[in-house]
Amino acid sequence: MRVPVLFALAAATTIAACGGKPDPEQPAPIVATTTPSADSIARAARARQDSIDAENRRRADEEARRRAADLAGRSSQVLADLKAMINFDYNEAAVRAADQAILDRKAAIMQANPGLRIRISGHADERGSDEYNLALGNRRAAAAQRYLQNKGIDAARVDVISYGEERPLDPSGSEDAYAKNRRDEFDVTGGGDSLVAPQ
Amino acid sequence: MRRALLLGAATLALAGVARAQDAGKASDAIRIGITYRPGTRPGLVVVPGPGLDSVRAIVARDLDFSDRFQMVAVGPDAMASARAGAGPLNYGLFRTFGADHAVEIVPAAGGVTVRLHDLGTSRVRNQQTFSLPGETESGFRLAAHRIADEVTRWASGADGYAASRLLYLAGGRVYRVDSDGADGAGVTPSGESVFSPAWSPDGSRIAYTRLDRWSISILDLATRAVTTVPGTENGQNITPAFSPDGRLLAYAHMDASGTNIYAADIAQRCCVQRLTVGRFADNLSPTYSPDGRRVAFVSTRAGPPQIYVMGGDGTDQELLASFDFGSTGPSNAPEWSPDGASVVFHREVSRSPQIFILDVASQRVKQLTSVGRNEDPTWAPDGRHVAFISDRTGRRQVWIVDTDTGRVRQLGTAGAARLPSWSRRLHGAGPNP
Repeated sequence: MRVPVLFALAAATTIAACGGKPDPEQPAPIVATTTPSADSIARAARARQDSIDAENRRRADEEARRRAADLAGRSSQVLADLKAMINFDYNEAAVRAADQAILDRKAAIMQANPGLRIRISGHADERGSDEYNLALGNRRAAAAQRYLQNKGIDAARVDVISYGEERPLDPSGSEDAYAKNRRDEFDVTGGGDSLVAPQ
Repeated sequence: MRRALLLGAATLALAGVARAQDAGKASDAIRIGITYRPGTRPGLVVVPGPGLDSVRAIVARDLDFSDRFQMVAVGPDAMASARAGAGPLNYGLFRTFGADHAVEIVPAAGGVTVRLHDLGTSRVRNQQTFSLPGETESGFRLAAHRIADEVTRWASGADGYAASRLLYLAGGRVYRVDSDGADGAGVTPSGESVFSPAWSPDGSRIAYTRLDRWSISILDLATRAVTTVPGTENGQNITPAFSPDGRLLAYAHMDASGTNIYAADIAQRCCVQRLTVGRFADNLSPTYSPDGRRVAFVSTRAGPPQIYVMGGDGTDQELLASFDFGSTGPSNAPEWSPDGASVVFHREVSRSPQIFILDVASQRVKQLTSVGRNEDPTWAPDGRHVAFISDRTGRRQVWIVDTDTGRVRQLGTAGAARLPSWSRRLHGAGPNP
């Protein structure tokens, strides 16, 4: 067992010591002098099996990673749907018809993720009265909460808070900016680690 | 104009009754009635003299800001001939300047002696010695303001508002400033975001919403002790207002069912009473009448926010400032006047807030402003001046309007100011945070 290895090492040392390349016409002495044995055949078979196993493991890991990434992608899409804002008309707190689909999607997500809790924050543009805007923002947050409640979501899973005009998204003071600032924001407050998509 | 005249006459009559007990001064009270000329402000000169320049400057400015006098400026040359040495004032010369009164301030032991000269009768009408702290001491400016208020009362029979302060919000912090715009200082801790500051009637405490907890805090200005108002530990709590006796604090509590007004007994720290019940409606911004029996407030019960009134216990709720549904703009931020006769508020006109005054007896409203955004009015202790936030110069600043004459002036504040609150007259040495 030990002898062929030592011989091979000695041969390699000799070639290296000659300072020249081995003649390509001649078979390399290492190969020529190594005599196959039952041990080495078994070793080769094991090595082949090992490499097959490694490749299988690698492929499995890759597949798992791909699946995880796909899942995360879908989960982050769920999160994005959950966080999508809704907007309001000037001095109004009624949910616009166009925003109902956004809230319907949130209700479905909350039904598919029973541990999920959210907070709705209501906001106003900077034109109305500073103090009244807090009450208006509260009504806007409560309107979305009530909508979700009507879709079967327990109100206890949905907190509301108003920031009035204190946290504008766009402080530039244009009509577009005002429209952006009249909004409800939705944030996860619990159970949002591994969101599953509805259905 | 006629109402102002009648009110003025009533005030003078009251002053006459009060003074009649002092037999020596009864004739002065009658004299006031004779010299009162509606639409014309009596000329008043503050006599220059050696020393005491800062006291004279503060008093002269306060008298000007009272909007009850035509201030007469006298140059040093004229002064030299007006007073020959230390002799009596040259009444005749001051009369030629157009002055009806001359205010003389001279040093006295521990303070100053102030004389009000009546140039019509050529004699001293009032004289009093006031103690006055040193110019660098904390009570100096308020003491000088109190002198101005006393002179205003001597010369016009009406109370001034010089010895008062305003709170306002800038960058989330509460600041205070004297009524003449000087001596500004931060009041709440820097780095703590708060909202809606309100004075206690005696000027010893202020209430405000803490934006980190949404509770309402009361800060004692002398001890710096902070307490939380009962009932405001949960939900979001805004727009605090003290009752006139300082025992109750009304506020609006917000939760998912809406915004409603409550009153807590802050004297006994108990007994939170709900005053409004609105399902999904807003009721906020309470303000007590000076007798404490009624509370004006904002409600959205009919749609857009408008001004309503109720008993102090929440009974008899009714509309206070009438409006035309669909055309009158949203109305907010009411404050009951110190004399109880009116409620000031802001109402949107073409989506821009303007200051309005409601006469409670007749329920008539009068628009006071029209240029720019003008909002969040607060009464001066004289019940005649109103401070508010205006962006007429491009930045939100505190402005003061004389509701009788329409004269406006800007109060100097650093930064963009919001939500001003004017104290009543401050009688103590004044907080010095």
